Amino acid sequence: MTANDPSSTSLQLTADGQLRHFLTLDGLNRALLTEILDTADSFIEVGERSIKKVPLLRGRTVVNLFFESSTRTRSTFELAAKRLSADVLNLDINTSATSKGESLSDTLLNLEAMASDMFVVRHSQSGAPHFIAESVTPGVAIINAGDGRHAHPTQAMLDMLTIRQHKGRFEGLKVAIVGDVLHSRVARSQIRALNELGAVEVRVIAPATLLPRDVESLGCTVEYDMARGMKDLDVVIMLRLQKERMEGALLPSEREFYRLYGLNREKLALANPECIVMHPGPINRGVEIESAVADGPQSVILNQVTNGIAIRMAVMSMAMGGQMAERSRRQEGRAQA
Amino acid sequence: MTALLDMDRLLDDLEAGLRKKLEERGVTSPALIGIRTGGVWLADVMSKRLGLQEPWGELDISFYRDDFSRIGLNPKVKPSSLPFSTEDRDIILIDDVIMSGRTIRAAMNEIFDYGRPASIILATLVDLGARELPVQPDVTGRVLALQSHQRVKLRGPDPLHIELQETGK
Repeated sequence: MTANDPSSTSLQLTADGQLRHFLTLDGLNRALLTEILDTADSFIEVGERSIKKVPLLRGRTVVNLFFESSTRTRSTFELAAKRLSADVLNLDINTSATSKGESLSDTLLNLEAMASDMFVVRHSQSGAPHFIAESVTPGVAIINAGDGRHAHPTQAMLDMLTIRQHKGRFEGLKVAIVGDVLHSRVARSQIRALNELGAVEVRVIAPATLLPRDVESLGCTVEYDMARGMKDLDVVIMLRLQKERMEGALLPSEREFYRLYGLNREKLALANPECIVMHPGPINRGVEIESAVADGPQSVILNQVTNGIAIRMAVMSMAMGGQMAERSRRQEGRAQA
Repeated sequence: MTALLDMDRLLDDLEAGLRKKLEERGVTSPALIGIRTGGVWLADVMSKRLGLQEPWGELDISFYRDDFSRIGLNPKVKPSSLPFSTEDRDIILIDDVIMSGRTIRAAMNEIFDYGRPASIILATLVDLGARELPVQPDVTGRVLALQSHQRVKLRGPDPLHIELQETGK
């Protein structure tokens, strides 16, 4: 399975074009991406109320199925599901049945037998959520919370929401993604979203060893020199140096990386004065970003976390709504037959 | 139909009904909330007519609709916005048309998530009957009996007018 598999479109969308799974941004057009952002805007307002809950997923069961650990993503998905009034089950698979030898299919069958309505899946293998979406019972929604090097669509969408909040638009924006693009599933989803939403230029800034082959084919320009790359930027997105994914010696040293590609005040001064600084977290201070920048006035890193809850509420309620609408159409069809 | 739905007269009647109801209840500083979209236009008009100083609030009830499990989420949902606390306030809830009563049920559930109001007065410009829930307006501009294939919709905001729609059945 590749990132551009055309079958993902029909898998993700109902016949009416409603979302029913959320696996990848591939095949989702600007109108649908904008609908996700607009819906998330409404959920941000819910987060400011005295009762931060709406009844959309009341009586539904959401299973957080994390085959790979993650604190922030899992807790924001959990909070998002709870604010939609769903019941939430958190499963860390590395510590449970699969370590006793149960296969993925058997684990899923057992969870489906508990009448789950939605699986939020994180997996180190690219394509795992896609595989689950193809094999799961009709009516159950699958949300991709990050798969291998393939995609991390909710992270990319919360970044888009943060950019829209601060810039008000995408047209004409120059955005750079800096650092370990090779191991980053977020970068792929971000490049896709920025292109679809109309950014004028998406730049990746990284050493050649941390760029995938044919990176330009994703829809971006490449810059190896950070000082040149920072020029005219409206948004700079720093990626975490994924030490746990490093295979072999891709870098001379962390210090050397920070000197060349770390974001400090001097380099940020080369961008537009209103340039915002983003980072998906967790940040490695002094490895890819200087503390004074991460905590500085141009940083919107904590807004990203807040927006993450709203974006996850949006895609969960849209996908569940699509599944339920499809289910009731099936029942009507059966009643008429 | 046009004569029956003279907008100025409808608004006059709604205003008079609201003034009377506020006096009956002894409410002196109500907070006004309109349900999107028609109710928000009416909130704007009634706020001026009643001389309310406070800005009115707007509700988008999409997250509280009872047909989510049948049709999914409204793709055009906008944020609700209440620029005041509802806790212990006397609320005027206003909408253009009441029929099944389901919209009002959803709106009241949403209001309570902002805090517990002291009271709610429900005002609707047009009451079409055909109720499915035990929800009745306190004040209404006009009660209309339509045929089953007919609907009315408030258009606006400037000028406000009521449109009769034939559903074609």
